[in-house]
Amino acid sequence: MSASIQVLSRLRGYRQMAVSARLAIGLSALLVLVLAVGLVSLSLGPVEIPVGHVAWIVLSAVGIDVPEFGRTEQLVIEQIRLPRIIVGAAVGMALAIAGATMQGLFRNPMADPGIIGVSAGGALGAVVAIATGLTGLFFLALPVFAFVGAMAAAFLVYGIAVVGGHFSMATLLLAGVAVNAFLGAVVSAIILFLPDNEALREILFWLAGGLDSRSWEHVRIAGPLIVGSAVILLLMARDLNLLMLGDDEARSMGVRVGATRIVLLAAAALATGAAVAVSGTIAFVGLVIPHTLRLLLGPDNRVLIPMSALGGAVFVILADTVARLIIEPAEFRVGVLTAFVGAPFFILLLIKNKRQVYSL
Amino acid sequence: MINDHSPAIDAQALSFSVDAKHLLDGVDLRAERGQFVGVIGPNGAGKSTLLRAISNVLGYQDGSVSLHGADLKSLPARKVAELLALVPQIAPFTQGFTAFELVLMGRYPHLGRFQVEGEADDRIATDAMHLTETDSFTNRTLDTLSGGERQRVFLARAVAQQPQVLLLDEPTANLDILHQLKILGLVRRLVDDGLTAVAAIHDLNLAARFCDRLVLLSNGQVVTDGTPEEVLTAETLESAFGVRAELYRDPVTGSLAISLIAPADGEEALAEPDQGRIAQNNGRAAIRNGAASVVR
Repeated sequence: MSASIQVLSRLRGYRQMAVSARLAIGLSALLVLVLAVGLVSLSLGPVEIPVGHVAWIVLSAVGIDVPEFGRTEQLVIEQIRLPRIIVGAAVGMALAIAGATMQGLFRNPMADPGIIGVSAGGALGAVVAIATGLTGLFFLALPVFAFVGAMAAAFLVYGIAVVGGHFSMATLLLAGVAVNAFLGAVVSAIILFLPDNEALREILFWLAGGLDSRSWEHVRIAGPLIVGSAVILLLMARDLNLLMLGDDEARSMGVRVGATRIVLLAAAALATGAAVAVSGTIAFVGLVIPHTLRLLLGPDNRVLIPMSALGGAVFVILADTVARLIIEPAEFRVGVLTAFVGAPFFILLLIKNKRQVYSL
Repeated sequence: MINDHSPAIDAQALSFSVDAKHLLDGVDLRAERGQFVGVIGPNGAGKSTLLRAISNVLGYQDGSVSLHGADLKSLPARKVAELLALVPQIAPFTQGFTAFELVLMGRYPHLGRFQVEGEADDRIATDAMHLTETDSFTNRTLDTLSGGERQRVFLARAVAQQPQVLLLDEPTANLDILHQLKILGLVRRLVDDGLTAVAAIHDLNLAARFCDRLVLLSNGQVVTDGTPEEVLTAETLESAFGVRAELYRDPVTGSLAISLIAPADGEEALAEPDQGRIAQNNGRAAIRNGAASVVR
């Protein structure tokens, strides 16, 4: 108890530091954590590989000359575990920063990355790809269909909100709720009328979110989109701070509100769409990570967004590692696990910090 | 282009309407540099709308605003925010931002996209909080402050913005009498140092005491524009506000003061004016000022 009080008072001092100092300290701490969790995760699995070997193999993968290791160890790391962990990190990062952005834009603590229909659209795209058997024909059909579905849903929701000229965030929110419900119904209908049990199983697996057998192809699809969106969101974090105080406020402080909002929405939707395309729907990362960090670090998005990026990466890598190991040789689904662990933790956090939970 | 001799604000024939309701109907407002202009008028007269139009928050439909000689709509939003700061009537807040973090936001318009605040910005923010006597709130989050305290923090942010023109929407509405005096006194001092200020003010006594010029709005139109003595008369108060009032020199402060008597629409008078008393007060003020001051 007293230890936690000490930590809290330290953090209070932390909040009074300049933004650049806060970022330097926070990011280096989290970066060390990402690397540590990543290395441990790479070493664990059906083939146990010592952490020392893992480090050398990763270094050799980026072209540094190192002692030779067993061919199996090298293959397991390079072709199976490393791409999987990188996809996991990218997905965690995307969902956490998109969540932080949406909560700020909507000034609503319940806003999650899928709030403008992206996740539901991605799900429909994936379900269509599986139900029509396209996934059997070419291997990237699933991520491509999911991504297209996600973006189409986001455009639809935005289109509904702007039609007639009176755009408001409230309409956008409600259009998102309606489109989410509708797309969910379409997915249910397809599942109900699906004759093929194998496809049904595949769909349920996809909907539960997972990172199994993710390859460098997946990294290549999602990586650039997620990193690009992250850069945009980081550069606009200051404008998001002002938007959180209201449109008039932001405008009087020199923010071009309409354009800024569209760019922020688009970047968050793109990151989420890319994440959904390669991992299915992984629940709760976009809520639990930004909220926890906001409680600790305050609402300044210039700190919150980069820290959420790394925090989300750590969370998803951890959850995926546990999901891989918990019922060996079978696998648990990471999307189920994030909600399974994330939700109780989040509830605990809410109860302990009722007064400070930001209503935004 | 920005011109050194043009008025700080020159708004001409501003019009803004929503659903055929004219909130602003051809309003002219001019503020010379280093002037404190008060905008007065009954509820719904268009005071806030006028300030929002001048600060580029609202896209007015007709007319023009020139800010230091440059057309407002041709200036980039960031440039406008460098020149002009607005203190909103209702200080909004997001839970979690501390007062200092909010004041520091006043530096945003001066920073490039890849820049964060440096020590100089920290110092400017600290000074602004000192000026507005909000230092004691520095590390408190905005949600723990009262409405009046929050409004002072927003004034601190506007000061930290280091604008040429300061717009204030009802700066004293939520403040206790001590802070009403302190805040308007601070704005007055800043104006005496070269700032231009335009404030919507409900309290006519305070407006008369602190402002160089008053603009009386009613139904989205300017009724009169001039010195407090020219604008505040029993006739204008009755026609614009619907109130019967008497004006006199405050014997203590020497500024124009108003006694509200009753609604003008025939309601029962709350207090009958004592003509002898008004004359006596005016006489006393005249003696104090060493000059004849005939009001009305």
